[in-house]
Amino acid sequence: MKYTGEHLSEEQLLDHRYGDTANDATAIEKHLHDCEKCSASFEALQGVLAMVEAMPVADPGPHFEARVWNKIAPKLAKPGFDWSALTAWMSPKRLIPIGAGVALLAVAFWAGRISRTTQNPPATPLVADNTSANAPGQVRERILLVAVGDHLDRAQSVLLEISNAETGSGKHDSEVDISQQQERAQEILVSNRLYRQTAEHSGDNAVASVLDELEPVLLQIAHSPSKVSSSELEELQRGIESRGLLLKVRVLDSTVRNKEKPAAQHSATRGS
Amino acid sequence: MIRMDGADAALVAQALGGDQDAFRVLVERHSRTLFRLAYRMIGNEQDAEEVVQEAMLRAYRRLDKFEARANFGTWLYRIGVNCSLDLMRKRKPEKARRQLAKDDDKEMQDPLETAVSNDPGPDRLMLSGELGEQVRVAMMSLSSVERTAFVMRHFEGNSIEEIGQTLGLGAGATKNSVFRAVQKLRQHLGPLVGHAQAKSANGEI
Repeated sequence: MKYTGEHLSEEQLLDHRYGDTANDATAIEKHLHDCEKCSASFEALQGVLAMVEAMPVADPGPHFEARVWNKIAPKLAKPGFDWSALTAWMSPKRLIPIGAGVALLAVAFWAGRISRTTQNPPATPLVADNTSANAPGQVRERILLVAVGDHLDRAQSVLLEISNAETGSGKHDSEVDISQQQERAQEILVSNRLYRQTAEHSGDNAVASVLDELEPVLLQIAHSPSKVSSSELEELQRGIESRGLLLKVRVLDSTVRNKEKPAAQHSATRGS
Repeated sequence: MIRMDGADAALVAQALGGDQDAFRVLVERHSRTLFRLAYRMIGNEQDAEEVVQEAMLRAYRRLDKFEARANFGTWLYRIGVNCSLDLMRKRKPEKARRQLAKDDDKEMQDPLETAVSNDPGPDRLMLSGELGEQVRVAMMSLSSVERTAFVMRHFEGNSIEEIGQTLGLGAGATKNSVFRAVQKLRQHLGPLVGHAQAKSANGEI
């Protein structure tokens, strides 16, 4: 932040404390020397930081290193495969949406298997061309379409809420609570990966591409603090806007929904 | 920040070849520094030790992804930050906030009354367990991102760019996280500092 010669803002005082005002350091030092108000503010900042710095760190004891080694040694195999990352990834919170996704894919796969006992259909993309889809293939297709459609609805609502969130009154320190959107983004991240991989496998590049673009934005929302500042919110909004993501998700959602209807009608016709 | 000894790279190569004793040396060399980092981020001794174990395990299992030209200490440090973040996200931040609100409600006792030295510096004031607890609670009131950004900035001397890379945030958001962390700390601890300075001026401590 450029020093203008006026009273120093809290950001400038903090920048100065951490040596980030290299070009203005001398001028700021002089101002601090001359200005009682800024000098007192800087001292107060220094006082708080010194107090935090003096917080004692617990001593883990003389045999700490040996204790760490004894704990991890039995778990060491040949370096290279990260089992802990896998077990951390498979937390209960993630297992629920994964389970739902796997169940859907299993049903879709089963439907595909049944269809192959009587016919030999071509590979069905996630968003298939209606004219080429045969009836049993459409059972599988419809399940996937419904799942992806619902997923896109949820993603769209998160993106919309973030895009429309108020950035406050313009004050630098105003905060926006995005904890709900953050929680939902975390939930749909797992299914997003699953659907993207499915789309890639089935060669549905249009779906895979949108889901691929969606992923880092969901990740950023999920990893943001529950209350974000105006600038952080604007950064999230820019991430959505710069990719035209909301429009892409809307278009894809609409395409998926349009494919869903004929597939449903076809299934109903066959059932009657 | 953990600094690399030139021998680290050789030890990594030996460990990759299956020499677990080589990795043990790395554990012995870096565990304590990782513990300090984790303790400052988490504020709990047992959890900090758990983070060190987890970070060392992760490092070992990803050792083949470590680039020989890179700094092992920095690489390990980032793993430690991520392990701490993972653990913090598992914990309920509300617990700390409730504690903070509770502490605000009750009439604050003067923690400085118990300070026995004439030296009014913060180190001396930390002799008061109550004051130390106030700092700990204030730190725990920060969000996991704010706390990580602050610890990396203040205690480890990382640049905004380095912190942003670790947290996956842009420079503006990173800087703002540090700023908000400091603001919250000032809000909670500022009155204590003022009180300490006033007492110091009156010669009471």
